Amino acid sequence: MVRVDATNSGSALIQVRDLDKKYHRGSEEIDVLQGLNLDVEKGDFVAFMGPSGSGKTTLLNLIGGLDTPTSGAIRVDGIEIQNLSGSRLAAWRARNVGFIFQLYNLMPVLTAFQNIELPLLLTKLSKAQRREHVEAALSIVGLVDRTNHYPRQLSGGQEQRVAIARAIVADPTFLLCDEPTGDLDRKSADEILELIERLVKEHGKTVLMVTHDPRAAERAHAILHLEKGALVEARRLEKTS
Amino acid sequence: MKFLPLVIKNLFRKKIRTTLTILSIMVAMFLFGLLAVIDTAFTAGIDVAGADRLVVIGRSGVIQPLPIRYKEQIARIPGVTDVAHASWFGGVYQDERNFFAQFAVEDEAYLRIYSEFVVPEDQMRAYLSDLQGCIVGRKTAERFGWKIGDRIPLKGTIYAGTWEFNVRAIYSGRRPQDDETAFIFRAKYLEERASQFWRGLVGWYVVQVKDPNQAETIAMNIDARFSNSNAETKTQREETFIASWINQMGNIRLLVISVGIVVFFTLLLVTGNTMAIAVRERTGEWAVLKTLGFGDWTVLALVLAESLTIAGVGGGIGLLLARAFTSVGNPMPGLISVFYFSNERFVMGLFLTLFVGLMAGAIPGVMTMRLRIVDALRRV
Ligand SMILES: Nc1ncnc2c1ncn2[C@@H]1O[C@H](COP(=O)(O)OP(=O)(O)OP(=O)(O)O)[C@@H](O)[C@H]1O
Ligand SMILES: [Mg+2]
Repeated sequence: MVRVDATNSGSALIQVRDLDKKYHRGSEEIDVLQGLNLDVEKGDFVAFMGPSGSGKTTLLNLIGGLDTPTSGAIRVDGIEIQNLSGSRLAAWRARNVGFIFQLYNLMPVLTAFQNIELPLLLTKLSKAQRREHVEAALSIVGLVDRTNHYPRQLSGGQEQRVAIARAIVADPTFLLCDEPTGDLDRKSADEILELIERLVKEHGKTVLMVTHDPRAAERAHAILHLEKGALVEARRLEKTS
Repeated sequence: MKFLPLVIKNLFRKKIRTTLTILSIMVAMFLFGLLAVIDTAFTAGIDVAGADRLVVIGRSGVIQPLPIRYKEQIARIPGVTDVAHASWFGGVYQDERNFFAQFAVEDEAYLRIYSEFVVPEDQMRAYLSDLQGCIVGRKTAERFGWKIGDRIPLKGTIYAGTWEFNVRAIYSGRRPQDDETAFIFRAKYLEERASQFWRGLVGWYVVQVKDPNQAETIAMNIDARFSNSNAETKTQREETFIASWINQMGNIRLLVISVGIVVFFTLLLVTGNTMAIAVRERTGEWAVLKTLGFGDWTVLALVLAESLTIAGVGGGIGLLLARAFTSVGNPMPGLISVFYFSNERFVMGLFLTLFVGLMAGAIPGVMTMRLRIVDALRRV
């Protein structure tokens, strides 16, 4: 159950408490997030909406350990990640977070296979084991026949599927998607969303997704709005199980 | 190792730029190789000097002859194990440009002291039984196509007339740095044919001592023995003697080192610039790698791997080319007698190359380490 009121007993996978994030631009101070609370349980699929500049990306970056909060706590699976130092945070990201970006962010010089393999290079897996994992991820996203293609040889939808395969290949604790369909046509977008839904339903993944598209958001279990630096529950959808 | 495809593929993304950088490093290290060869040529004498050898010359310089009777007296000085005399001949073979050093030396004793010069036994015997016999260095023999039994005429400059010699032996050096260009013949021949004026005189003495640590004391004792005579001596370690000889040729070493330093810094700037551009244009990709959990040290290692690969390939090829080039042969046999690219200098070149690679990658590498993911991703 997704909550935004800090009333959860403590069983949630992701617990955000009283989160503040300020940016400085010259002498000006911008309060992007102010006293934000959030609880996401394992297997949840949450959509974040809100106007441009409301802080959606900022929130995902904080939960994903790419940035550190000005104050407040982010607890994932019992670990207070705001206290982790640079290198330990990097190791934590490698184990726990799968990132999916609007612009895919694949390495142009690497093939689909090699892109997906990247996170596994940081593990102790053998070459054969890495191959096995990459092939499994490729088959989940339905791109087995594009293994040796380079990003420029793929369509946008296919690129994003490679990015999703890269995000899930190391079996992270949760996935963060920042407008994963923002750059795709309707049809490709629907395919990507179906894939994400399948990851939640069939593979039990926990997904936090930012989107501007109400139709995309509808697929989530809960839609949260970012308003004045905090989250407001817009609508709870029936949890289809 | 598993990161290798990533490193290699990034290097090949700008093929022309990578190739040009590799070429410039190659050229620079080739030049380094040649400079090292020249430097070795001009300082080789010092490397080959025997620690246990002293050179006794006239007090007013090497042109002042010494009496032949000094030999007995030097031999009696404590600590001296062997003495031989030698004289500069200074003859011309066909043309002034065909320069090579010629010495009239005392039978056997000279080559006993210069044990790094190897002469086959039968050739040595043939040499000693022919008054006009001579021993020629392997390189000089090759240079003029001389063979055992050839008759060689030299036109005297110090000693009047044309002198004829029979090649009875060819010597080679034990080590690569040994001078294989000298022409040695028997002092007896000179003694018999030279004018009355030169009778009983020799050019200099080489002295072998038992304990190199005693060399200074023995040198002082030798000079003291002949002080206040009408032919006073100056005795030095062979190394000191050669070094002062080299210094007379001007400071070639300083020139070589200055050129080397300029080349090195140019190389550093060229490679550093390439790496800075190559790393900066991929800011977004570094940010993505860091997002995936690549740590600061890993990205630093990736940047350094790229610059080390560029430097290593370019420098390695350049040094190998320099080695191949110098092993073909000496293009200036009259000017320098030792022409080779020593292993030490080769290894030094490799270290220099790796140093350039590290330095060139250091700044972009640290920039990548410090890169803030969120800022970089925003810029993508
Ligand atoms: N590094 C930064 N330095 C200064 N201000 C920043 C920085 N990052 C974000 N901001 C500001 O914080 C606010 C929230 O930015 P954020 O990118 O989180 O918004 P968003 O909701 O993701 O917007 P969009 O829908 O356009 O992606 C914006 O006003 C932005 O200008
Ligand atoms: Mg955003």
